[in-house]
Amino acid sequence: QLGREHQGITLRGSAELVAEFFSYGINSILYQRGIYPPETFTRVQKYGLTLLVTTDPDLANYLNNVTEQMKEWLYKCIVQRLVVVISSIESGEVLERWQFDIECDKTAKDDNGPREKSQKAIQDEIRSVIRQITATVTFLPLLESTCAFDLLIYTDKDLAVPEKWEESGPQFIANSEEVRLRSFTTTIHKVNTMVAYKKDSVP
Amino acid sequence: MTQFLFEADLHGLLKLDTPIPNAPPARWQRKAKESDPGPSPAFVSPMKPANRSYSSSKTPSKTPGKSGSKIQSTPSKAGGDRYIPNRSTMQMEMANFLLTKENDPAEESPTKKEQQKAWAVNLNGFDVEEAKILRLSGKPQNAPEGYQNNLKVLYSQKITPGSSRKNSRYIPSMPDRILDAPEIRNDYYLNLIDWSSQNFLAVALDNSVYLWNHASGEIIQLLQMEHPDVYISSVSWIKEGNYLAVGTSSAEVQLWDIQQQKRLRNMTSHCARVGTLSWNSYILSSGARTGHIHHHDVRVAEHHVATLAGHTQEVCGLKWSLDGRYLASGGNDNLVNVWPCTQGGGGDFAPVQTFTQHQGAVKAVAWCPWQMNVLATGGGTSDRHIRIWNVCSGACLSTVDAHSQICSILWSTNYKEFVSGHGFAQNQLVIWKYPTMTKVAELQGHTARILNLTMSPDGTTVASASADETLRLWRCFEMDPIKKKEKEKANSAKTSIIHQSIR
Repeated sequence: QLGREHQGITLRGSAELVAEFFSYGINSILYQRGIYPPETFTRVQKYGLTLLVTTDPDLANYLNNVTEQMKEWLYKCIVQRLVVVISSIESGEVLERWQFDIECDKTAKDDNGPREKSQKAIQDEIRSVIRQITATVTFLPLLESTCAFDLLIYTDKDLAVPEKWEESGPQFIANSEEVRLRSFTTTIHKVNTMVAYKKDSVP
Repeated sequence: MTQFLFEADLHGLLKLDTPIPNAPPARWQRKAKESDPGPSPAFVSPMKPANRSYSSSKTPSKTPGKSGSKIQSTPSKAGGDRYIPNRSTMQMEMANFLLTKENDPAEESPTKKEQQKAWAVNLNGFDVEEAKILRLSGKPQNAPEGYQNNLKVLYSQKITPGSSRKNSRYIPSMPDRILDAPEIRNDYYLNLIDWSSQNFLAVALDNSVYLWNHASGEIIQLLQMEHPDVYISSVSWIKEGNYLAVGTSSAEVQLWDIQQQKRLRNMTSHCARVGTLSWNSYILSSGARTGHIHHHDVRVAEHHVATLAGHTQEVCGLKWSLDGRYLASGGNDNLVNVWPCTQGGGGDFAPVQTFTQHQGAVKAVAWCPWQMNVLATGGGTSDRHIRIWNVCSGACLSTVDAHSQICSILWSTNYKEFVSGHGFAQNQLVIWKYPTMTKVAELQGHTARILNLTMSPDGTTVASASADETLRLWRCFEMDPIKKKEKEKANSAKTSIIHQSIR
């Protein structure tokens, strides 16, 4: 682990960092928006912050599958976007949509040398984004009904759909307000975060 | 304007001969659509028919019914029935589509293709040629039945069922006095009131500072900023009560003499507004929007004697411990830092503790007066928790969820309790018993969030400043006269022993 700091960022290392960020980011969203009961979350130290991750084994397993798959696709640079869709269980209406755009520098696959960027700098950037996600609770509208979440991944067109995955629609919100959050970059992958929520119909 | 839309809606609902907006299309409509898959979606639900018509024209290149179709899984009811046990995992629309679509491909001209592509990009937000959307099937179990989203409960709280425990003392539920505070800035990060040991309450209203003499009730305007755009961001009395430190939005820290009502010093060392101040005998510490804390020695010309860089965002809470050994700071970056009073080996100040557990800005910071090294901190809207720490071991002694933004915490020696000031939804003050962390009382009355709390020099009254432009004085720590006498006797006994030994 110590060696990593001096080695710089490789494609594989970058894929791991970004997949890890998604895992913690999704956990934070599930906790902050109250999709699952707060008692089912536990605190861990990561990025110099105290973050909440789920203790529910099914959910943790599900998220693990996604993280592992993301790592692979990030390494191959074929994933473009990860979306967390929060919809009401009864009406099926999409209430909130967290969109993480991924820009991949495809030349990283070709050159063999690692890129120059310290782990600490990347950690600081990731920390800012996660803090912003936590702070969004101050302006996002209340989720009135019990909600469920869905994860959508935008990949390249010619990717073979792996087992357990199926094609889906984008699940946009009909009348939405969008807020752009901070972005972070590992010099190989750049992640832009944005949250869209349903505009209140009654002003 | 909305009332006309509402009327139109009502009329629409009451009329019985208009077409049903969301009904599945009739067979003749579907056939018409498929033979002419142009971009003419019904505007009621633009996404569904457009997707269908698009995908039906795309199927010739792939095996019919498989990967060309776009699924929109919109689960309806969580509950099920005998025929369909779990509606939310069924893909009704997909099934319907597969059953009803025709297999023959439609001929299209190149322009139609362009049009469709444009529509697709418009609707999907990206070029579908370039990417596809995947969804992991087998959704994890949803939250258990009966789980009501916690946030809804706490953010829509109107009246809490009162704490049923009977207090052993009477705490008046109405404030003693209500003072007018017009133009007070409704900014969570500022510290606009402070009460001196000489019983003067200093209040910063936008660009002026007023002093209210609690004993006589008279009001003096101490100062007003020359520049109209500059406002006061913090006030703090020196322990003796004869000097007042004032932090401004123009990054200045001013020192005023109350007797002469004159400015003694104007110390500039920050580059952003000074939101918080704290005294430790002759050292004045100031926290700024940049996240830096400066120590000023007010006796010497070169006042800026140290810089503490531990926060990356605005410092909103700053308190020296009562013995002057530690300085606690809370920031908008959700961190709490505890600094020593002397520099470390390298000549740099480094925090002895950093607490990251709060999930929101930490403005409420207060040291326990009767227990060494015990610190209370409270988080903002995203966090809502009060935490008690031992700064030597770094352990969090207790946590309690206050269900509301915490702006300030004050300890009371009289009853071994502490009071916290809150915002949405009840804008109340809560008195907690320490260390059991049970609620002793809730003081309501403010109609907007509380911004700051400060305590009178005799420890009986708490003043709260709120965004509703009032200051309320609550006499919540009134000492029982019998207990008071006992306390005084204990104090006087101590002094006589000292006198004896000196002789």
